[in-house]
Amino acid sequence: MPNLSGKMTKFHSTLLYNEAEHDHGQPILDVRHLTVRYNGIAALDRLTFHLHAGERVAVVGPNGAGKSTLFKAIVGALPVIEGEINIFGSHPSGHVCIGYVPQRNNVDWRFPVSVEDVVMMGRIAKIGLFGWPRALDRQRVQSALETVHLAPLAKRQIAQLSGGQQQRMFIARALAQESELMLMDEPLSGLDAPSQEDLLTLLDELKAQNVTILVATHDLQQAATHFERVMLLNRHIVAFGAPAQVLTNEHLANAYGGGTLQVIGDACCEDEPQP
Amino acid sequence: MSDFLLQPLHYDFMLRALAASVMVAIVCAVIGTYIVLRGMAFFGDALAHTILPGVAVGYLLSGSDRGALFWWALGTSVLASLGIGAVSKRGGIKEDTAIGIIFAGMFALGIALISTVRSYAVDLTHFLFGDVLGVSNGDLIRTGLFAALILLLVFLFYKELLAISFDSTLAVTLRLPVNALNNLLLVLIAVTVAITMQAVGVALMVAMLITPPATASLLTKRLPVMMGLAAIFGAASAILGLYFSYYTNIASGAAIVLTATAFFIITLLTQKK
Repeated sequence: MPNLSGKMTKFHSTLLYNEAEHDHGQPILDVRHLTVRYNGIAALDRLTFHLHAGERVAVVGPNGAGKSTLFKAIVGALPVIEGEINIFGSHPSGHVCIGYVPQRNNVDWRFPVSVEDVVMMGRIAKIGLFGWPRALDRQRVQSALETVHLAPLAKRQIAQLSGGQQQRMFIARALAQESELMLMDEPLSGLDAPSQEDLLTLLDELKAQNVTILVATHDLQQAATHFERVMLLNRHIVAFGAPAQVLTNEHLANAYGGGTLQVIGDACCEDEPQP
Repeated sequence: MSDFLLQPLHYDFMLRALAASVMVAIVCAVIGTYIVLRGMAFFGDALAHTILPGVAVGYLLSGSDRGALFWWALGTSVLASLGIGAVSKRGGIKEDTAIGIIFAGMFALGIALISTVRSYAVDLTHFLFGDVLGVSNGDLIRTGLFAALILLLVFLFYKELLAISFDSTLAVTLRLPVNALNNLLLVLIAVTVAITMQAVGVALMVAMLITPPATASLLTKRLPVMMGLAAIFGAASAILGLYFSYYTNIASGAAIVLTATAFFIITLLTQKK
């Protein structure tokens, strides 16, 4: 069967799980002139910014501002982008250090996997082709679960977790992946106040481990109080810097149009439409 | 009672039929688990129907030689699988509409080709609904080899196939070759379809792919257990269905599928909500 064996040879050679060197003199994330188009219309227009290791940054903006698109471009899930993205000075395709925490409503919660199974998925690149989890991988999973306080629930099917627990499970997966940059898409949306507090406390703990965190959020107040820098996005970067300098009435009016006052403090849980 | 069970086994054709249908039932259950979890049931049904013109060309060229027909089925199946996979990635037309157009058109082409042969009705029935009692020793060896190969590949790429099925963005961040893995899964489905054709035929094949895994999914929340249970339901359906067919003269493919359907309905009804 020539068809299959040809495919397998090519397949094997692309699956090497090589990791790029980290040049720590370079920013952990360096984005230059990033433009993403859907059907010719720019969903992101010439974004240029960089993040330093250990920073905690919130991305805010109205629905459809391109927050999810930005994250997908950074992880490399979009086939075509214009501009340049570098992780520690080299192309993202060589890095497995980017952890992605998906929006909860983009996950198939009926999938037959346990919490532990999902966190172990973060180890796949480290385990390598044809490999199976070793003692080290199980240790990493266990300590990731302990960090997010989910160890007692390791054997649960994932639909049996609360919203906050589901979010923390994906953070544990990113930890098991040994992520240095974590992208979280609306992690606070739809969570009750205590769960939001738990999650923000967890972000503090991650900061202590020097993990760089980029969080998309609707909640301007949380962005102002829990993040060192805020990016105000509406297809282009309206403003980027310390919360007090970014979240001004003038900038917000620019990003959201009128009605800014209603938007402030509205922990909206609507989905960004997927282009 | 023991006579009831043993009597069919005196016939070599029954032994071969049992061996072949149990093997394909297990492979269908394992591959079908991915089909069910990824919501690809319509794709599986379409793919099974789409191989008919390939089988028809083989039939016109080499008559009803089973060996030749198998290779025609396999080639068409792999091409159609990757082709449908490519079509469904393009925008323009909705995915299920595009698949529907291709599969109905190809199925019609197959029937048209076969109908050019006089006295085609018997052979067409075999292609549509299976001919498991006609399995030869050669068919059995071929089925066994391909079944083993499919199960081996699922085992080797277990964690990668899990990652692309559960969360393709994660697979990207792990730098897995997502396209190649998706194509691997499409090829595995295609080979499964080719080896299953003789047991239940193209028209009923989707039942072998999705009914046992769907039954298993009612009973477990762990993937490996789901695959194992699905394989047990599939194999049991094959054995019970063949006995049923032997004693009642019901068509064997239909009997196997009806048994699998009965397992599903019973499981569904006995589930506590």
